[in-house]
Amino acid sequence: MSLGSPAIHETIATTRPSTVRSGTFYAVRRVLSEGAFLLVGAAILIWTLLPIYHMVMLSLTPLSDSFAGRFWPENPTLENFRIVFAEDHFFLQDFWRQLGNSIFVALATMVMVLVVASLASFAIGRLKLRYGHVISNTALLTYLIPAAFVAIPFYVVMSDYGLLNSLWALIFAMSTFAIPYAIWVLRQYGDSVPFELDEAAKVDGATPLQIFYLVYLPLLRPALIAIGTYALLLAWNEYLYAFLLLSTEKQHTIPVAMGYFLVTDDAPWTLLMATAIIYSLPPAALYYAVRKYMVSGLTAGATKT
Amino acid sequence: MAVTALGLPSERVGGRRWSPEMVWGTIFVIPYVVVFLTLVIWPVAYGVWLGSGLASYRTLFSDPIYLKTVLNTAIFLGVGINLKLFLALLLSGYFASVRPWVRWLSVIFILPWAVPSIPTIFSFRWMLNSEWGMLNNLLWTLFGIEGPWWLVKPDYALGSVVFIHIWKYLPFWTLILLAGRMAIPTDLYEAARIDGASPLQQFWYVTWPQLKNLYITSLLLSTIWSLGDFNSVYLLTGGGPADKTHVLATLGIRYAFNLQQLGTGVATVMTALPILVPLVILLVRRLGGRVER
Repeated sequence: MSLGSPAIHETIATTRPSTVRSGTFYAVRRVLSEGAFLLVGAAILIWTLLPIYHMVMLSLTPLSDSFAGRFWPENPTLENFRIVFAEDHFFLQDFWRQLGNSIFVALATMVMVLVVASLASFAIGRLKLRYGHVISNTALLTYLIPAAFVAIPFYVVMSDYGLLNSLWALIFAMSTFAIPYAIWVLRQYGDSVPFELDEAAKVDGATPLQIFYLVYLPLLRPALIAIGTYALLLAWNEYLYAFLLLSTEKQHTIPVAMGYFLVTDDAPWTLLMATAIIYSLPPAALYYAVRKYMVSGLTAGATKT
Repeated sequence: MAVTALGLPSERVGGRRWSPEMVWGTIFVIPYVVVFLTLVIWPVAYGVWLGSGLASYRTLFSDPIYLKTVLNTAIFLGVGINLKLFLALLLSGYFASVRPWVRWLSVIFILPWAVPSIPTIFSFRWMLNSEWGMLNNLLWTLFGIEGPWWLVKPDYALGSVVFIHIWKYLPFWTLILLAGRMAIPTDLYEAARIDGASPLQQFWYVTWPQLKNLYITSLLLSTIWSLGDFNSVYLLTGGGPADKTHVLATLGIRYAFNLQQLGTGVATVMTALPILVPLVILLVRRLGGRVER
């Protein structure tokens, strides 16, 4: 369609004979600018896909070929994926268990974030809790602390709580960092929901609890989907906290297990990349499935500046 | 005496305080308050206590690795963030195009953001291997150039770190700035076109004034987040070669967990506070006003 537009421009030009010359001039310029546009598009495509292509290519390369430095797999094979699924390698002994850990941590974080953040945002925004703005501001402040900067004391505190090497330590850590953002988004989004609905429900005799789950939660569904996904992905993707808090192989999540591939110099890179693809697919699929919510949720606050 | 004077009104206030809204409101924030006290306040206070020993700072400032790290962090932030956001500004203009295939391209373009960082960083790591990696093979096959030792030479390694950071986070900021552009009323552009403004003039007199605030907020937010970007450095170079590509976030972890010096580890991070605190104050002012509204 875009390639068709210069042609359309030309037909318009020919119907007006007096401007034929300038019409051709514009058509040529149009083709040139369209060409430049396509070129930039191609550059963006290569920039984006090269590392991902490299990952896929390597995952299809036989283990014995990993040092060949090829641009495409000469003898493509799914053997690497079979080895991963069969836990048929030293580094992959607990693959299914670790995948289960990753799923559990992600889901538990999502639930915890949704529950804590929706309750708090309802109390602040709808019930007009007295020190609500203080709570909003503590959340915003927490949101602005880089997680990596509190990793050391967080580790010590988790050890005091007796939670080291427990998946709950990671769930608590990830919830701590996702809840402030969740409250912020819910507060922004909640302001756009008319307050009259609460009033009407109240007149009909609804208690705050009923208003919460009959009015507030259904109306905030898009925002809840966005922050639920955000929390899920944050926990699924986390490396640093998982690496620090979980010490035994049976408790590792997939990112930590992948990190341990590189403790040897001759790491099985093709297996690592196969694991990487299996690990990347669920979050990518989820992201694309709820993309619309994510974009509006993420930009809800930002664009109003 | 004040008690008797205020007795009646305070009882009335007391009665209002415990309306059903207040009771439920209090119950509803309890989970958040518990999380905040046990998982934010307590660790942060503990961290401040851990990092309050002067000896840690003496160790730190006499360590050449620390000085190199500060320089690295400055380069990482100065080059990485500005380049990233400038590219995002340009690309947001590109993706604002109405061409249908550009929308498809934007769906692909978001991939680095949608995919977890560990797999792609590891993919880069192998790609940049100077002997077996795809990049140097490509350079040799296409141009006959002997590629540099990407992750072996500290300068190239730091450059690679900046590159992967931009690769990973460019889509996110492009999306944010694109949303900002989309919010600009189209009649402003129409008016500018009628006045005969060139595309560059349209950008300078219409787009930029409308986008400037968002751009600055993004710059501040991105600085804070990038200060905490542990993965791009640790997973690509591990701070090496010879601890020459650390940033503050990774050096703190190295002190605390590789060298078992918790105090020095926290102190490393604390030295970022002179940058971090003003940034946080600025951002709370910029973003906080809207939360309270």
